[in-house]
Amino acid sequence: MSAAIDSKPILRLSTAGSVDDGKSSLIGRLLYDTKSIFEDQLQAIELASVRRGSDVVELALLTDGLRAEREQQITIDVAYRYFATPKRKFIIADTPGHEQYTRNMVTGTSTSDLSIILIDARKGVLPQSKRHAAISALLGVRKIVVAVNKMDLVDFSEARFREIESGFPMAASRLQLSDVVFIPISALLGDNVAERSANTPWFTGPTLLEFLEEVEIPSVSVELGLRLPVQYVIRPDQDFRGVAGQIEAGSISPGDRVRILPSGRETRVAEVRDPDGPAETAVQGQAVVVTLSDHLDISRGEMLVSPTDLPSDASTFEAVACWMHEKPLRAGARYLAMHANRVVPVEIVRVESRIAIEELSDVASDHLGLNDIGKVVVRASKPLYFDSYKECRATGSLIFIDPGASVTVGAGLILGALEDSSRSPSAELVQVSGGDFDLRREVSDAIVRHLGSHQVSAVFLDETVLEGIVASEAIAPLAAFIWRQGIPVVMSLVNEEPVVRLSRFDGALGGWREVMAVEQGSNAEEAAQRFFNEPWSPAI
Amino acid sequence: MLSTTRPAHQKSSIRIGNALESSREQLPSHLHELETEAIYTLREVAGQFERPALLFSGGKDSIVLAHLSRKAFAPGPIPYPLLHIDTGHNFQETLDFRDWLAAQTGANLLIRYVQDSIDQERVQEETGPLASRNALQTVTLLDAIKELRLDAAIGGARRDEEKARAKERVFSHRDVFGQWDPKNQRPELWRLFNGRKQPGGHFRVFPLSNWTEADVWEYITAERIAIPSLYFSHEREVFRRDSTWLANSPFITLLPGESLERRIVRFRTVGDATCTGAIESRASSLEEILAEVLAARVTERSGRADDQRSDAAMEDRKRQGYF
Ligand SMILES: Nc1nc2c(ncn2[C@@H]2O[C@H](COP(=O)(O)OP(=O)(O)O)[C@@H](O)[C@H]2O)c(=O)[nH]1
Repeated sequence: MSAAIDSKPILRLSTAGSVDDGKSSLIGRLLYDTKSIFEDQLQAIELASVRRGSDVVELALLTDGLRAEREQQITIDVAYRYFATPKRKFIIADTPGHEQYTRNMVTGTSTSDLSIILIDARKGVLPQSKRHAAISALLGVRKIVVAVNKMDLVDFSEARFREIESGFPMAASRLQLSDVVFIPISALLGDNVAERSANTPWFTGPTLLEFLEEVEIPSVSVELGLRLPVQYVIRPDQDFRGVAGQIEAGSISPGDRVRILPSGRETRVAEVRDPDGPAETAVQGQAVVVTLSDHLDISRGEMLVSPTDLPSDASTFEAVACWMHEKPLRAGARYLAMHANRVVPVEIVRVESRIAIEELSDVASDHLGLNDIGKVVVRASKPLYFDSYKECRATGSLIFIDPGASVTVGAGLILGALEDSSRSPSAELVQVSGGDFDLRREVSDAIVRHLGSHQVSAVFLDETVLEGIVASEAIAPLAAFIWRQGIPVVMSLVNEEPVVRLSRFDGALGGWREVMAVEQGSNAEEAAQRFFNEPWSPAI
Repeated sequence: MLSTTRPAHQKSSIRIGNALESSREQLPSHLHELETEAIYTLREVAGQFERPALLFSGGKDSIVLAHLSRKAFAPGPIPYPLLHIDTGHNFQETLDFRDWLAAQTGANLLIRYVQDSIDQERVQEETGPLASRNALQTVTLLDAIKELRLDAAIGGARRDEEKARAKERVFSHRDVFGQWDPKNQRPELWRLFNGRKQPGGHFRVFPLSNWTEADVWEYITAERIAIPSLYFSHEREVFRRDSTWLANSPFITLLPGESLERRIVRFRTVGDATCTGAIESRASSLEEILAEVLAARVTERSGRADDQRSDAAMEDRKRQGYF
């Protein structure tokens, strides 16, 4: 086999810079100097350069894509470029530096190990550079190369380079960028890109390409137990039932005990197969098929996890949202969240703040507009099992999908679980309606007792409590009024239905939440218990 | 409509390179990563869609996809059919290989014919000596997608093939007309592929997005994947047109000044026989092909006569739903 067995992992990098900082030239230069450009492509851009009246071959034209963009002479989306040296294969996510900047940056950076931030030596650090650094840090990129470009236009001045270098780390250190490297280059002429420059004798660091070839990307900072989200179930016949997926954290071997979420059942691993057949063990980053010793009914979206190191399991969580749609994100909005091979209806409980990305400071805001990044509280219709994005990108990330148009409208980086008010009865407003008076009373009492056992003392309201003073139609508005003062209320209402219905009002969601029926003759105590324990399911 | 799994008669159409001792060598890590990523994508297709199909052209990229599909779902069968859009202008070796592979994998092979679209007057055949059916495939493919009610079509396109493809998504959404709107593509984050769609739309899925031509050949070599004999050097009757060698075939009309000669050639892509160029080469093993690919100074598509017609040819076909 010609390729080296011990070849380095692919390096996935993203580039960004303000318009005209020389990003296209740099990428063109990297492709050209690594001989990743073919003669016919080179001829095509030579021709195009001549047509544009340019006297040098514009390497920038190599990375120039769609026709409309070519006409406007701009790039407007993330484009992926490929080059390789004998040492390593590289994938560049090339993100343009103008409108839609944040959306594209976040998208390109989401799959990257490293960011190259381009700075024009004449202009120095711009707000855009800081924004790029901040987004990289936010998305968990551990290595940043600051390529100080157009050094030829500042006479390869060391003083200028050092000035930019010392101007940068302040922002960088606040972002906890453990590893920021500065390299003086000329993308146009090639200095310190692939070839060491004779013009910068004062620079002792590696060339850009040398650095990229050698850089080690630190693996995740936190070692987690097994996370294996189920992608697909392979069931060729009655006897074989294998769950297929990619290991996102930890490892798996035959004999291991695993827990299956959401059911919580535990079993042992019978067999582990990788793409080449049965395997003794498989680790993070591998595609596997796993069979279990019990014949459990498992489907896509469930997750196999280590019983000794469980992920969070909660419906309400805090996340950083990166908004990518013209229609802003606001409290009460409903989306579908795609997370770890599941699609789950969610609602935005509230927008906590918008992040001013250049300073990484929080700004009060009740919405996130296109290209905004901010903190939000999200509640899912059923519990998600997740890790924080910091701990595990795959189980800590999600996308928001518009349930109508089906388009992706935003990205979410999970920060952590929040006190799950759907399961801890706090400021509740419960309506008990229908049935007959006795059953309503019985169920209402049971609910008040249930809340009491959670240290929540609720006010009970029905037409008898305020007999003679308040008409029964006034119960609901009165209950809502008391409840809005922060006092939990259980109210009993007459209506035509034969069975008692329980409904819960949820402040955060701003609407009635579903509903449970209690049959005549059933145990009120049990009904109350069940009402609070069952996960709610809003109709979306 | 005809569906066939007829066994191959001409075994010589299939080549596995030189037999090599063991198969279970460890892949170099970049190929391992690319393989894992492609398997993940294929499983997402099977998990997210109800009626996917793999577009199988008989070319190396779709062969690699079929190979990856087997690995992704083993020990089960490939959970989607192979769909071949047959231009009617194929090399016999490609067809033999297609049938052999379908029989080998046990996959369900569906074939739809450009000739049928012509007979039904859905498309108009190009005329003249430079006529090609590449553009006509679009209509036949879109008709097949509609007829078979496919919600996802898996293709072997790679982003490194052409500038216009560099921005393509892995899950690429097509509207009701099969059209691709470059201004209205969904952002694609992490590995969270959004395969949700409105009724009537469908997805093209490209599991090899991040592979280069060299990666494909390295992988074929490392995995000893069988490919059509056309890829290996052989003697063939060819003629010179527009700086490429085109094969003589029943579908070809020679222009004045063109004449047939016998040359030792091989193909870098196997498409429509009327416009797929051969290169002179003595590479007769996978290792030799790989060495040639790594040293190549022109793109594999440069051999495609129809791509040279216009700088934006690819993009035009893409908008029309070709890919
Ligand atoms: N002198 C000089 N000019 C450069 C350098 N890099 C880029 N340029 C020029 O700056 C302009 C913008 O470069 P381009 O790569 O298109 O920038 P982009 O907008 O960031 O992609 C072009 O005219 C380039 O030729 C450099 O290192 N030195």
